[in-house]
Amino acid sequence: MPDKEPLLRVEAVGKEFFGNRVLNDVNFSLEAGEILGLVGENGAGKSTLMNILFGMPVIPQTGGYEGKIWIEGKEARFESPFDAIDAGIGMVHQEFSLLPGFTATENILLNRESTKYNFLVEAFGDRIRTLDRKAMRHRADEAISLLGFSIDPDTPASEMPVGHKQFTEIAREIDRKNTKILVLDEPTAVLAESEAEILISSLRGLAARGIALIFISHRLQEVMDLCDKIIVLRDGTVVKETKPADATVFQIASWMVGRNVETRGAERRRREDTENVLEVEKLWVDMPGETVRSVTFSVQKGEIFGIGGLAGQGKLGIANGIMGLYQAGGNVSAMGQKVTLNSPAGSLRLNMAFVSEDRRGVGLLLDEPIDWNIAFTAMQIQDKFLKKMLGGLIKWRDDAGMREAALDYIKRLEIRCTSHKQRAVELSGGNQQKVCLAKAFVVGPEILFVSEPTRGIDVGAKKLVLDTIRSVNEEFGTTIIITSSELEELRSVCDRIAIVDNGRISGIRPADSLAEEFGVLMMGESPVAVSDTVGGND
Amino acid sequence: MVKFKKFIENFGWPRIIIAIFLMCLFAATPFVGVRLDTSISDTLVRVGMNGVLVLAMVPMVQSGCGLNFGLPLGIISGLIGATTSIQIATSADAIAKSGAARGLWSVIAGALQTGSRGAILFAAAIAIAIPCAAVFGFIYAQILNRVKGEEMMIATYVGFSSVAVMCMAWLLLPFNSAVMVWGYGGSGLRTTISTDGFWRHVLSDFQSVTIGKFYLPTGMFLFFLFMVFLVWAFFRTKTGTAITAVGSNPEFARASGINVDRMRTISVMLSTVLGAVGILVYEQSFGFIQLYMGPLYMAFPAVAAILLGGASVNKATMVNVIVGTFLFQGILTMTPSVINNLLKSDMSEVIRIIVSNGMILYALTRKTQVKR
Repeated sequence: MPDKEPLLRVEAVGKEFFGNRVLNDVNFSLEAGEILGLVGENGAGKSTLMNILFGMPVIPQTGGYEGKIWIEGKEARFESPFDAIDAGIGMVHQEFSLLPGFTATENILLNRESTKYNFLVEAFGDRIRTLDRKAMRHRADEAISLLGFSIDPDTPASEMPVGHKQFTEIAREIDRKNTKILVLDEPTAVLAESEAEILISSLRGLAARGIALIFISHRLQEVMDLCDKIIVLRDGTVVKETKPADATVFQIASWMVGRNVETRGAERRRREDTENVLEVEKLWVDMPGETVRSVTFSVQKGEIFGIGGLAGQGKLGIANGIMGLYQAGGNVSAMGQKVTLNSPAGSLRLNMAFVSEDRRGVGLLLDEPIDWNIAFTAMQIQDKFLKKMLGGLIKWRDDAGMREAALDYIKRLEIRCTSHKQRAVELSGGNQQKVCLAKAFVVGPEILFVSEPTRGIDVGAKKLVLDTIRSVNEEFGTTIIITSSELEELRSVCDRIAIVDNGRISGIRPADSLAEEFGVLMMGESPVAVSDTVGGND
Repeated sequence: MVKFKKFIENFGWPRIIIAIFLMCLFAATPFVGVRLDTSISDTLVRVGMNGVLVLAMVPMVQSGCGLNFGLPLGIISGLIGATTSIQIATSADAIAKSGAARGLWSVIAGALQTGSRGAILFAAAIAIAIPCAAVFGFIYAQILNRVKGEEMMIATYVGFSSVAVMCMAWLLLPFNSAVMVWGYGGSGLRTTISTDGFWRHVLSDFQSVTIGKFYLPTGMFLFFLFMVFLVWAFFRTKTGTAITAVGSNPEFARASGINVDRMRTISVMLSTVLGAVGILVYEQSFGFIQLYMGPLYMAFPAVAAILLGGASVNKATMVNVIVGTFLFQGILTMTPSVINNLLKSDMSEVIRIIVSNGMILYALTRKTQVKR
């Protein structure tokens, strides 16, 4: 026995899924108040490891795991998440597990509500005690304020922006008094940079109160800033355990992917001015949570144009509005032709394509095979992948052509899949994103909108996605408009970047401007007066 | 072994178990005094009768409108076609007999004296039913497009209420053919009308095979397979592909420039038209047209069959249709006759009701889990 047992000790843990080894001999330990960063590419085994730790039923159902987990010196083998919760493990999942119609308070205190006595208790027992709304509100407020954030405790989860949802979920775990270990699976993936910063600092506060944290993230800089110890997983094995002070982001990235990641290969290119290919004038878009009030800008032919800004300020609304997915108004013209707003078909026919930020909701046919996903838009809009029969009376689907195109893109974009007939839902996030890109490329667009291209995908895929976007721009002269909440990413690929604040563009700068300059624009200290009347919404 | 496992996985355990049960029933026939050949023949006839009605589920399922519980609406269109064709035949016959046939009527009367009388009348019934079904289907679709997410419950009541409305219409429509109207009042259609002398067995008897007591309605099967082919082909066209995508993810379809409501409308119209054709196939084999409350519960066996066949609420294939119809109708035919003979009592109707509703109940509980 060592002198003092750590809070959590993981000993030689391994796991096989149907003969496919996903974890192999993982060892680490965690002290109270320590923050452990867990990094690795998608499919490196992070999620499996956390599922084992949290007793998710999928593990016993697929034959259990090898090795041992010790919590405060006692061996723990959880059969269900309830056991794990009892043992003091809290988990914040990647997917939001909030009840949409319930308020923040109700979600935070679900099944642990403060209650009051009433006379029915005599007859029916404790389950019929009345909710003590006031005490609940107080507790919720307390949990939220511990995070250093403010959410109205009475907002229903369905009406919250993603950032607030994430905080609500963490607050729920904090309210549980016996939580000793908190696992955060990509908590910052859906947050804007400013929100992520708040989260990071509140996590530090939690650690100071003696809660051990396991922090999983693709944003390596965050992991470096926050964690006391970093574990790098690759193909189910711990390849490195290090202190942040002893490593650089690039080292970690190269350990993760097992090869050297080039430092951003951006010898800034010089472009000549060309004619404007997209002109947007006083565009307003009614997209919930991303309202665009009045936006005017133009994009030159062959340019990579970035749209940045904080979450909820309207940057996502611009592309969605131009592509007709949300109610919009104003003047937009592409290639000299006026764009009919509010009609996706109209925008697509003008040879514009869109890779949506909502991959699973809008971007993919999850239940259909890859080739359908790639070919569908081109088929419907441009009559590609169709064979005409009976003099064009019958437009017959050309499965062979679809297969060929799909196989071509699978090869070019390195989509990892079993075949072109694999259903999109079975692919990992990065590969799904590549399918979305292929879908847009196959229409051969003149102007391509890409929203949040690297959200929630791993380092290797991220680089490939950005490289692909850039190469399409260079090879075919496609004008590309990227919307992203990661400023660094925009600065690495774009020529010019517009920053959106409060539904308006607060400024457009060349990408090699100083980061501080963009920061100032994001904070809304724009030359445009914020006080002028709310445009659009007529 | 791997291949075998894969096959089972594709086919699905529920279907394998039901198929084995059905085999057992067939195997048991000689021991309980039921003829195997007539049993098989009965099953096949029922498959042919119901096949197109089950097929009528597919377009709506594919477009994400759910199962077509509003099938009675299509059936009513078919009934309008059926009754109108018989009215035309009796009118033409009467005019021919009186010798006053002139113009168009003389052409019709002449055609009906030939050997293809049944085929012509059946074609006429279909030709009248399809536009009716298209119009009803269009209205039905407008209702369903306003209740996205709740289609199946609304569809059920669209079906029910259309039956109720038509109960009045059958009484009031100006039919006067003596074979169809009530004998005492001289107006209003009867509840059951025989198709004998018009288009009874017009499909079933086409190239049919009879060996002893075994009867195979070849024509009806060919027609069913032709309809299956048409639907299969439709879903391989541009529009069919768009409808499938709408069913799979309406948001994706919209972002790809598809008019989602329009695609749903097409699918509902198609389902309704198939329902109309389906009931005509059913009636020519059955030999009778059943009006009034007849169509009320017709949707449920069709729904059960396609679910048993392995369809889910938003994905259905032709294999689901054929396998499902065979299994459902097989069990429905065999269980009552075998059990009846086993118990030596006349319970067949009771058993039929228990079995058919039990199967429907089972199938509906399966509807979310079944993936393929």
